[in-house]
Amino acid sequence: MAQLYPQSLTALKWEMRPNRWDWVLLPLIFSIIVSIAFGAMQMTHPYSVGEPTAISLDPIYLPYYLLRTILRMFIALGFSLLFSFIFAAIAAKYRAAEKAMIPALDILQSVPILGFQAIAVAPFIALFPGNLLGVECAAIFAIFSSQAWNMAFSLYQSIRTVPSELSEAARIFRLSGWQRFWRLELPFAMPGLLWNMMMSMSGGWFFLVAAEAISVSGQDIKLAGIGSYIAVAIENRNLTAIGWAIAAMMGGIMLYDQLFFRPLLSWADKFRFEESQGETAQQSWLLDWMRRSEVMRGFSNWLWATLSRALGWFPRHHDGTSIRARQTTLDPIWERAWDAILAAGGLIAVYQLFVFIHREVGWSEVAHVFGLGLLTLTRVMVLIGIASVIWVPIAVWVGMRPAYSQRVQAMAQFLAAFPVNLLFPLVVGALVYFKLNPEIWLSPLMIFGTQWYIAFNVVGGAASIPNELRLAADNLGLKGWLKWKRFYLPAIFPSFVTGAITASGGSWNASIVSEFVTWGPTSLVATGLGSYIKVMTEKGDFHRIALGIGVMCIFVMCLNRFFWRKLYLLAEDRST
Amino acid sequence: MSETAGVLIELSGVNKSFKTAEGGARLVLDSVDFTLKEGEIVALLGKSGSGKSTLLRIIAGLISADKGRAVYRGQPLYGPASGIAMVFQSFALFPWLTVQQNVELGLEAQGVAPDEREKRADAVLEMIGLSGFGGALPRELSGGMRQRVGIARALVTNPDVLLMDEAFSALDVLTGETLRNDMLDLWDGDRIPTKGILIVSHNIEEAVMMADRILILSSDPGRVRTEIPVALPRPRNVDSLEVRMLIDEVYAQMTSRPAKAEAAGVAETAHIGYRLPETDIGRMEGILDLLADEPFNGRADLPMLAEETELSDEELFPTCEGLGMLGLSQIEKGDIALTPLGRTYVEADQQLKQQLFGQQLIAHIPLAAHIRHSLEQEPSGTLPEKRFLELLEEFLKADEAERVLHVAVEWGRYGEVYEYDFHTGRLQLPKSDEIEAQD
Repeated sequence: MAQLYPQSLTALKWEMRPNRWDWVLLPLIFSIIVSIAFGAMQMTHPYSVGEPTAISLDPIYLPYYLLRTILRMFIALGFSLLFSFIFAAIAAKYRAAEKAMIPALDILQSVPILGFQAIAVAPFIALFPGNLLGVECAAIFAIFSSQAWNMAFSLYQSIRTVPSELSEAARIFRLSGWQRFWRLELPFAMPGLLWNMMMSMSGGWFFLVAAEAISVSGQDIKLAGIGSYIAVAIENRNLTAIGWAIAAMMGGIMLYDQLFFRPLLSWADKFRFEESQGETAQQSWLLDWMRRSEVMRGFSNWLWATLSRALGWFPRHHDGTSIRARQTTLDPIWERAWDAILAAGGLIAVYQLFVFIHREVGWSEVAHVFGLGLLTLTRVMVLIGIASVIWVPIAVWVGMRPAYSQRVQAMAQFLAAFPVNLLFPLVVGALVYFKLNPEIWLSPLMIFGTQWYIAFNVVGGAASIPNELRLAADNLGLKGWLKWKRFYLPAIFPSFVTGAITASGGSWNASIVSEFVTWGPTSLVATGLGSYIKVMTEKGDFHRIALGIGVMCIFVMCLNRFFWRKLYLLAEDRST
Repeated sequence: MSETAGVLIELSGVNKSFKTAEGGARLVLDSVDFTLKEGEIVALLGKSGSGKSTLLRIIAGLISADKGRAVYRGQPLYGPASGIAMVFQSFALFPWLTVQQNVELGLEAQGVAPDEREKRADAVLEMIGLSGFGGALPRELSGGMRQRVGIARALVTNPDVLLMDEAFSALDVLTGETLRNDMLDLWDGDRIPTKGILIVSHNIEEAVMMADRILILSSDPGRVRTEIPVALPRPRNVDSLEVRMLIDEVYAQMTSRPAKAEAAGVAETAHIGYRLPETDIGRMEGILDLLADEPFNGRADLPMLAEETELSDEELFPTCEGLGMLGLSQIEKGDIALTPLGRTYVEADQQLKQQLFGQQLIAHIPLAAHIRHSLEQEPSGTLPEKRFLELLEEFLKADEAERVLHVAVEWGRYGEVYEYDFHTGRLQLPKSDEIEAQD
């Protein structure tokens, strides 16, 4: 080993002869590094609670705000990734842990994102007294909570479904748990994880205003960023600023798409497991440049060599003939004891809840909130129905035409990211002008960001219909409604269900933003669970926030368990 | 214990059962004894369900036996041992690692230094005919090349024992043969440090060409039924008389009923949970037609039939078994012969064929007869498939139960004994019968 090190250094030196690609690439990389460093330094400003934070609507500040926002999102993404690794590795490995962790994740997934923030702001500010870093952490945590659960679940699912022959090979060649994770489980999970990361980033934009312009219990803190810029623009009814914000956001998404996700997707193409899939590989100019650049190649070779040395960190010292490999059968009493502890924990939680409701909020309030939940539930289901009727035919049409459907993925990212707050001026204007009932007409905002999941999944499903099947349908002379009933709809059903599940979850989350809409001094409210949580958050009534969030959790989990999962199993059964 | 010097692997009294859906246990291996000695290649043959894969995985340390001992070089086996490597049917290469990285995988796990790793991998790649392919990804290679990588990955760890799980069956015939011969060249030329090889196979010719000893396992539960030593020197010639005779003998052994059942005179199909053979009706009728025609005229040597039909043993055996169960043909000493009924069947028109098929189905396949019988007692003439699946799961693993019911459904449909509605998952009496019943 000692001899190897200088060797690889000389190899590096030899390859360090810059070519023309280096001269193009180096300024780009340096500017990225410098701006990241600059943005990071701005994060720790002295700050005391109550001090006003100035956000200027001058578009000249937008690049700076964009930098801060994107930096925040990437920090959150990094933490989400770390969380996912640890969570999935433990949950997939230890059955006892899995029993507690997976239900916990199920609950966390159904807690609305703003709920986390309402609870987390005060502790984070207390963590860094007199510094903006605490608020910064709270914002990052809010973004983290919109990304982490999805990613962890995706990774866990992938690890559980590693093909058995690869798993056997890993065991035969005696990879340690550490090696197995990096060599087998993570690479196998990579495509799904990346797709989830991209979609989570978009989800982060959607709640950006709430994450950066924090208004909890009368406090009003605005962190430098696009979200706060939008919030101030809405307060001041400044339409031009809204336009600038949209442009900046598009620019930001394009930027990290081109500089981060595209190269990553293109690089991760080798992790695709199904070899028969005709999917075309992602292209990335940046990755092509980096592969042509001598300096970058030398650097990446050195990096991989160093990283792969880390694979030897936790080796397995014994083999299957050692007494240490002998399976010690755990006394079933321990397993039962653990089950009992979990059950007891659950019971205590229920009891606490009972006491809390009885003492703090009262049963009539609970009934009232459940009623509100039913209202929001009606909205979610009706809207998903309407969105499906509109989008399914269009999406099938697009999916049948490969020239269009290729570009759809890039659009998916942007449209799903589009913060609903940007539509407030339009909606408030229209509602006031036409004197429309907000109870009904605010609802479309809920589905605004999430309808795309239905559309894009169906496009994907339609695009993957085998060509022979299409020809057969034409040949049989299937036409009109019959063609839809017998061919298109059954073919896209599984992908539709997947999309609708995501859309449903997202809509519940979005209800908090979209049932309570403000534009300058005008506020429009639709009665529902979302507006209840929003109002209570502004009041700082933590008991009622908790109640609202709890009820929303129950609704989302029941809906998932008793409706969507059934539909999903049905779809899976039909398609195989 | 002084005898153990030349013994690599020793299994004694190994039992293994898997849990069925109801929580009961299904015995897969029943008191199996097995030895692999230094310097020999042993082939394991058996129908699906004979537990040969399970046996291989116990030796590999991937699963543990319920009862009995598994010993490797005098040491008990609790898990994968460093001297035992395996080649997989589906190659099991990591698609995201290059050929070189795949081959180095086992060394990396053992903590071998990178330059040493590279040296050893290069040497093995060259030996197996893959030098220059180190930087390729598995997906760029053909099936035969991929399996070469699979073999290189196993050999690079210098294993004592090499396990080959149907290693050539995913390849086309020519590629499989070439690779097999290359493997034998390495072995016979003492160019690999491997001391013993265990092959699990469906292919009788492959076993006869490679092995020093052939073990035939019986099914349900798996037991070692026969051991056939092969004393011929390698390389062996497929067309030589000795090899042909051996292949014939193995065919005869594989298709004969277990001695016990024969002695008692009981038909093999005596119970409802019998593992119906995986074959389709078109193939069965094709074989019947072929048998009836020139040059066979009603009787054929199985290896000849395999050649004529270009079916693998894995496809041919279940088909012959299906025909035998339905009484359309019978097997004696490695030959298959048309029964008188089979003759009538070949000459019948389509409608009569299906009628005969249905009639034989009810007479000889207890599962089909049971389905029909139960349906006839229902006023609606339908029953959910779940009931029958649950019944089968008492005897078989869940996926196997599903497969068997699937076969029963296909046969029942063809014989117009009952129908199946995919959307509702219900079995029902055929429409024509219902009308008859109403009349």
